[in-house]
Amino acid sequence: MVEFALPKNSVLKKGNFFSAPEHARHIKQFQVYRWDPESGENPRIDTYEIDLDDCGPMVLDAIIKIKNDIDSTLTFRRSCREGICGSCAMNINGKNTLACINAIEDYPGTIKIFPLPHLEVIKDLVGDMSHFFAQYASIKPWIETQTPAPADMERLQSKEDRQKLDGYYECILCACCSTSCPSYWWNSDRFLGPAVLLQAYRWLADSRDENAGERLDDLEDPFKLYRCHTIMNCTDTCPKNLNPAKAIAEIKKMLLIRQQG
Amino acid sequence: MEYRTPIAKARGLGSAKTGTVHWWMQRVTAVALIPLSLWWLAFIGQLLRSPHAQTVEWLSEPLNGVLMVAWIIAVFYHAGLGLQVVIEDYVHTEWLKIVSVWVVKLAFFLLALAAVLAILAIRGMV
Repeated sequence: MVEFALPKNSVLKKGNFFSAPEHARHIKQFQVYRWDPESGENPRIDTYEIDLDDCGPMVLDAIIKIKNDIDSTLTFRRSCREGICGSCAMNINGKNTLACINAIEDYPGTIKIFPLPHLEVIKDLVGDMSHFFAQYASIKPWIETQTPAPADMERLQSKEDRQKLDGYYECILCACCSTSCPSYWWNSDRFLGPAVLLQAYRWLADSRDENAGERLDDLEDPFKLYRCHTIMNCTDTCPKNLNPAKAIAEIKKMLLIRQQG
Repeated sequence: MEYRTPIAKARGLGSAKTGTVHWWMQRVTAVALIPLSLWWLAFIGQLLRSPHAQTVEWLSEPLNGVLMVAWIIAVFYHAGLGLQVVIEDYVHTEWLKIVSVWVVKLAFFLLALAAVLAILAIRGMV
């Protein structure tokens, strides 16, 4: 059954406090989720005071500053620092987003930073993405054709057909949407979730792909696809302003047209 | 120790290749229930303020009989589909999930049957 209370060993404890240097004038407080699998202790919330005059403008800058200057034990993923790799996806003040493209000054008061919800935590802000990526691999995110590739040129596509991929090809698989979806929380073992379904639609919408029928066969399932109840958290939270809910609706439409159109 | 690969778990037993009809019928019955329920509320409102003989007479009119049976079928069909989704969402013990969906479907089928038979009985047809 669904669990509504945290298990005993997941209940949050109060953690350490790191105060700002004495000369600091613009102080911002960051509360960060900490959990170390090797300590055997419950997760805790550590509080860091940061001197904003000595820190970059983005939330990721603050997290990197914590690791570099204050507490090197803090663990998180980051790479591109410009919203294209998806590594620094985390829950900031209750909303899944990318730490690198959100300015500290846009958050009033204390900034609370948690790992993406409902992933198994590996350490601190790092969640286990293995299942998420395996689900992505399961929808065959590559072109499938019977026609051999032309010998001396690309597979062609009209401008209009290329435009049908807009809003879908930009997805960076940061998992903000899937981990914001209650249906994915309860049933991620089978429900593919908004990110993977958006990617599935990206190949269904590609005029060069010749395998739409089999792709739809693989998606038509009460759990893989139809656990989506248009809750819309995915579209609300997407840091790239994409619309996974629309992609899922398009898949449902294709399945209906296949039967009745 | 878990030795199954993430891909094996993600692909699982594959696709059931169903679900579209369930999803579509839930929407079809929802849309049908908008006008049907408006009529039903108005009709029941009248019945509550009328004597038994009047109720029998109104329900014996062809249009009222058809709309009432249509409403009963749509309501129980829609409720059965909806509750099945709720059970599938929240019940994760496999045998309990299967039994619960089965019980819900049976219960709503019997309720719909009883309600339709009641209408026929009022009209003196059974």
